[in-house]
Amino acid sequence: MKKYIDQGKNDTRSGFGAGLAELGRTNPNVVALCADLVGSLKMEKFIEENPERFFQIGIAEANMMGIAAGLTIGGKIPFTGTFANFSTGRVYDQIRQSIAYSDKNVKICASHAGVTLGEDGATHQILEDLGLMKMLPGMTVINTCDYNQTKAATIAIAEHHGPVYLRFGRPKVANFTPVDQKFEIGKAVMLNEGTDVTIVATGHLVWEALIAAENLEKQGISAEVINIHTIKPLDGEAVLKSVKKTGCIVTAEEHNYLGGLGESISGYLATTHPTPQEFVATQDTFGESGTPEQLMDKYGLNNKAIVNAVVKVLKRK
Amino acid sequence: MPKLQELQDLTVQVRRDILRMVHKVNSGHPGGSLGCTEFIVALYNEIMELKDGFDMDGKDEDLFFLSNGHISPVFYSVLARKGYFPVEELNTFRLIDSRLQGHPTTHEGLPGVRIASGSLGQGMSVALGAAQAKKLNKDSKIVYTLHGDGELQEGQNWEAIMYAAGKKVDNLIATIDYNGQQIDGATKDVLPMGDLKKKFEAFGWDVVDIKEGNDLEAIIKGMKEAKSKTGKGKPVCVLLHTVMGHGVDFMMYTHAWHGKAPNDEQLATALGQNPETLGDY
Repeated sequence: MKKYIDQGKNDTRSGFGAGLAELGRTNPNVVALCADLVGSLKMEKFIEENPERFFQIGIAEANMMGIAAGLTIGGKIPFTGTFANFSTGRVYDQIRQSIAYSDKNVKICASHAGVTLGEDGATHQILEDLGLMKMLPGMTVINTCDYNQTKAATIAIAEHHGPVYLRFGRPKVANFTPVDQKFEIGKAVMLNEGTDVTIVATGHLVWEALIAAENLEKQGISAEVINIHTIKPLDGEAVLKSVKKTGCIVTAEEHNYLGGLGESISGYLATTHPTPQEFVATQDTFGESGTPEQLMDKYGLNNKAIVNAVVKVLKRK
Repeated sequence: MPKLQELQDLTVQVRRDILRMVHKVNSGHPGGSLGCTEFIVALYNEIMELKDGFDMDGKDEDLFFLSNGHISPVFYSVLARKGYFPVEELNTFRLIDSRLQGHPTTHEGLPGVRIASGSLGQGMSVALGAAQAKKLNKDSKIVYTLHGDGELQEGQNWEAIMYAAGKKVDNLIATIDYNGQQIDGATKDVLPMGDLKKKFEAFGWDVVDIKEGNDLEAIIKGMKEAKSKTGKGKPVCVLLHTVMGHGVDFMMYTHAWHGKAPNDEQLATALGQNPETLGDY
């Protein structure tokens, strides 16, 4: 199995902050907005270097989404920053009408997604955001897996015209994607070729999928691991090619199984190549307080859960 | 300045357009449209500084955002008669495959529209973004908006009202269609909103009252006064006192025609009160 080295644990939100800072230096049309969470979103560098291009909105996310939509009229490329919960569910209608339906070039950048937000608990741990965003016509939906990928994605979405939802998280996690890897929206990344089972993972579950594949190899199971960072548009062809070889699939994400990546893939495969599938995802539940590790374990979102799902799906081949 | 008589003729013709549009599809919102006809006509033909043609960015020209999107008939008629698109297209209002959707949208590329509206309460935030983009672009032109008074019951407005003053967005003139009516009845009965002038002033805005909101001269005078208050560190609010359904006697002073089209007989009566001036579409 191909080896991946953790270059040093780091948080995906810092990848966002670094990408935004770079955009500040390279693209004069990029502006940033925040609803009173500058530190949490790691936006300080951009603000320090481009104070005139930063808009502190205060605790008013609906207003922030509208202002972002308005800033595009005049050629700006607005990046909004707040927690995933306040970036989506709280402002769904503002995004729907003023951004998505109006085809505004707004980049909705959302940190602290999922249960790995930890101790703050369920009020802040959104597990429904991917579904909410992928249902909006024209919305591109991205969930990155580590610091390097988040930085690369942040830079890449500035070049893409149209609304984008970029989801990342709070905890420090393994940073393993190559520092110079180009981020291609809508293009899956093959991490490990295998023959017995396809594991497709997004976000924080990608590293867990790699650990799971190593453990499976010790049991003589060859797992193909694919990182799907773009939930929409989905790289269905990459999935199809893989399952035609392996005959079964496990999807893994820090999200409700309803509305997430796994659901998108099952919908795609149902109409192209029906395939036994198991979902590593939360089971239509809210989260709770705890450490990220405890929560990932309790809600079945780690490498152990992936191995168990593989064992189960292999029996259904 | 176009002669007042020309604006008056245009106002009557726009009123006819509104009535005929909603009658044809037996749906739409004539009440608020009629009440704001003088305002939108004056805004586009006397107040705003506009470039020829349409581009989304609208650099170096004034911008207008209609937040209460349900009064699309008046917006469409004024845009068409200003030359943004052919007046014949008013025939397609609310029909399938039309660019003139029930509520305005950019989705079908209708020239003159820069944001979708209809779900209430979102227009002021959008206008704030556009106004701040103008400042970044060193563009000295102004951003205008229109909101229903009932629409101010939506909380997002007050986020925007607080922000506009707090961040000194002084290239914005937000007009409130102060007709005292909403779908379910008079605003004072549905949800009393208190003294709007004092509320805006308390939030740090300059407020201009236009008491005769259906009088072209009063509107022009009031809007010029509002414009003179821009660039002074404060956003500007215009309280435009209008009569819903203005110009059609049986539609006035009631919320009954907020979202109801006239029948054939009612249309004939209404058009009789507004004789053709510039030619029907």
